[in-house]
Parts: sequence; structure tokens; C-alpha cells
Amino acid sequence: MITLHINGLKVQVEEGTTVLEAARFLGFPIPTLCHMEGLSPYGACRLCVVEIGQEPNSRLVSSCTFPVEEGLHVRTASRRVMRARKMILELLLASCPQSKVIQDLASEFHITQQRFRQEYEDCIMCGLCVRMCKEQMMSGAIGFRGRGQKRSIGTPFDITSDVCRQCGGCIYVCPACMLRCTYTEPEKAICGGCANISIPCYVKDQFKDMMCYMDPCVACEIKKD
Amino acid sequence: MNHQETSISRAEPDRVKTGVIQLLEAIQAKHGYLPKEELYRVARETNKPLVDIYGVATFYRAFSLVPRGRHLISVCLGTACHVRGGPTVAKEVEKILGIKAGQTTEDREFSLETVNCLGACALGPVMVIDGHYYPKVQIARVGEIIEAVKLGQKERLVETDQRLFPLEVSCSRCNHSLMDSRHAIDGHPVIRVTVAFDNKHGRMVLSSVYGSYKVESEHPIPEDTVVNFFCPHCHAEMIGGAKCGECGASMVPMIVRGGGIVQICSRKGCKGHMLDLGGVVID
Repeated sequence: MITLHINGLKVQVEEGTTVLEAARFLGFPIPTLCHMEGLSPYGACRLCVVEIGQEPNSRLVSSCTFPVEEGLHVRTASRRVMRARKMILELLLASCPQSKVIQDLASEFHITQQRFRQEYEDCIMCGLCVRMCKEQMMSGAIGFRGRGQKRSIGTPFDITSDVCRQCGGCIYVCPACMLRCTYTEPEKAICGGCANISIPCYVKDQFKDMMCYMDPCVACEIKKD
Repeated sequence: MNHQETSISRAEPDRVKTGVIQLLEAIQAKHGYLPKEELYRVARETNKPLVDIYGVATFYRAFSLVPRGRHLISVCLGTACHVRGGPTVAKEVEKILGIKAGQTTEDREFSLETVNCLGACALGPVMVIDGHYYPKVQIARVGEIIEAVKLGQKERLVETDQRLFPLEVSCSRCNHSLMDSRHAIDGHPVIRVTVAFDNKHGRMVLSSVYGSYKVESEHPIPEDTVVNFFCPHCHAEMIGGAKCGECGASMVPMIVRGGGIVQICSRKGCKGHMLDLGGVVID
């Protein structure tokens, strides 16, 4: 067992726990976007930053990837943490303003405007879909390609992957594509950003043994009407 | 490289985990690019999802998924070259060849790429065609250079290769002269550099006579060792993008006084070297 201090409270947790898990165990809320139980920690969205160590040598780390250490002092909502989180949320809003998840988080942190050039990206590169596909669905149909500004998520060669089972797990976990997932026309209801575009639910009849992860599936619902 | 060499034997399970880049390099060396079928094969043999292999292949600039042309033109857009007009050189090349950076001409003669630094900042703007450095490129001369490459650069350079003459060189990074007149080999002042190999670090002097290959080193260098060259003044490693045509080790670029660049192979005993005077005539 490892003893550490979170916001002044002493807590004992098992070795190998992350700071995020320890803080949530104590009931301290830490917002996350790219974290999901059952998937490996990734540290992409940086929303879960916490301050560790004592002033003036404290530093910010992503709590989802930081394992607990003996005698660690963690602050989950210090002024510095809040300022960093707000900045990250502003940046997320600047790249992906249509996401309901990001909008909700922003309003939770009382962010009413952002200072950066507005863009309308479809993806925040959180990698949830990639990990979902690889770790839970054991498929590995989609992944990261390229690098830098040209980095994107999708299938190899931008063609429908033959290992994709069209389960929809990637769409289910995506925090950014809410708009398209709740679209009013079936053809546009499914993200298809990964190039497995054939709209799984829309042509469900062709896939008798299809495993669908969407519940309820927006495309199916719309089609029924 | 044949298929046997690039395939992984099942007896070496460790390599299955780590060998993706090496495998892709071997394929790239064989075909000049990464054909789709080969990527599928690598995925099968390494037991990894295809997307992981594809991710590695698209991450590194050294890999190309489309066939490259016979001649590769790299235009430097690093900071020094950028302020000296690298982007206009790149645009001029694009205009002449009718392709964009990263593309290949339809006749598969030329591929154009932009790179971020070639380690010859003192020569900016630099353009490299098939490993030959073209220093201080002027827009008006771009067409001429490309025409010369089309006609066959090789023949043009062999002529100068046969001559024996001393060169006065300077560091390609800081342009400080590397000549040392206190010491002489072949009756001419030597080129002084610092070298590092096998955890040893020391001075080395080279004959400045082109084609002489005589060296004297503080530490004896075993044959076939690839040595890292450093400038004794700015301490930067003297390394360019080019590889030796004889053995594949990196070439060490040095600026020739009066214009041009000389490159020597960094492997002890290898006689790979190249002199590129960029059209300057030495009397």
C-alpha cells in the first residue's frame, strides 16, 4: 500500500494505481476526455492535469498516466490547475466547438468565450476510438496515420479495412462526433471518418451477424420512422 | 536485398516486436518506396495490425508510399535557407517540373521534396539532387541545374574526379576554415577535424589533396569503423543527408573555398568521396 496526500487528505491506495483513480476514489472530481475504464491510459487530452509536489517545485502532470508515489502531495483543483484546465478547454473549444461533451465541460468551468482562432475539426486526436478498436474489440482496424498537422485517425490506405467488424464501438466512445451521431438524416448520422463508411446500421440487413455497439442507434431509429 | 533477407525468421521472436522500421527500410531500399502488398506482408509476418505498420510508414519522412522518381530533388527550407529564399527556389522547381513538393513527375524522372535542414546552412539556399549539393542556388539557375541533371550529372562529375589538387575547406555549419598550416601532408596544409568513434574522442588531420586519402589520427582508427566528424570550432557534427555511394555510410560535407562542396565517406578505409563545385572552375 502506498500513502499519499490528495488535497491535504491522507489516502492509502494499492501500488500501481494512477493519481486519477486515487482522487476519484476519494471523491475529488477530475474532468477527463480521453480516459475510459477498460482502456489503457493515454494522456492525450491533458484535461486531467493535477499539481504534484510542494511549492515552489510543484509541477503539472496528467493524473491518468501518473502512478501514485509514496508521500506524494497532489492538488486536484489548485489555482494553477484550474488555469491550465481552462486553457486546455479553450483550445479544445477552438478546434472542436460542435462537440457536446466539450461544450458541457466548458460551461462547467464557466468558459464563455475562447481566445484562439476558431476551427471546426472533426477530431481532437484523443485516441479513444483507436484504443477501443484495438483493446476492447481486438480488431485494430483504425489507427493514427501521419504526424504533426497531418496526423489523422483512419484505416490504412483510406479504404474500408477488412478487419473492421462494423461494431460501431469507435463511434460510441467518440467525444467529438456528437453532432453527426445525432444528425437527422440516416446517411449522415454515422461518422464514417475512419473510412468504414458503408453506414453499418443503415444497411443492417446485409450484416446478419453484425455486432452493433450503438444503443440506441441513431441511424436505426431514424430509419424506423 | 531479397525476400529471404527482409522476412523475419520465426526463431527470433524478439525481432518480431521491434523490427518494423528495419523491415520497412529494407523494403524501401529494394523498391525505392513501400508497395502496398509489402506492407500487408510485414503486418502478417510481424503479427501486428496493418494500421500500425501503416502508421509507422506514414510517420517517417524517410518512407514513401508512392514510387519515387529517378532523381530526388530536396530543397532545404530550414531557417537559414528559408530567410535566404529557399521557398522561392522550391516554387521555381515546382514551376519547372510542374509538380508540387512530395510529388513525382509523370515520367518518373524527378521527385521533389522539401526538407527542414541539410546541415549546410552557410551555403543557403541549398538544393540537393541525388546527394549532390547545389549551394547558393539562384532562381535563374534552377532550370539550368535541372537540365544538367537530366543530361546526366555523373559524366560531368567524373571529369573532375580524376584530378589531384589541394582543396581549402571550411565547416559546412559555421563556415570557419578547417585548414591548419602548421602541419602538412602531401606538401599541403592539412584539414583539421575532431572525430569520435567507439567512445574515443580525438583530433584527426586529413590530407587536403583531393584523392590522396592520407589521414593521421590521434587514436588509431580500425578499418571499417564509421567515424563521427566534428568541427573543431563550432563543435557541431559535420553530417549531411547524403549516403556514401560505395558503402552507404553517411557522407561528411565540407565547404570548398571558392564555391562548392566536398563530401567524404565517414567509414575508415572507404574511398567514397564526391566533389561538387557547382559550376565553379578551379585553375
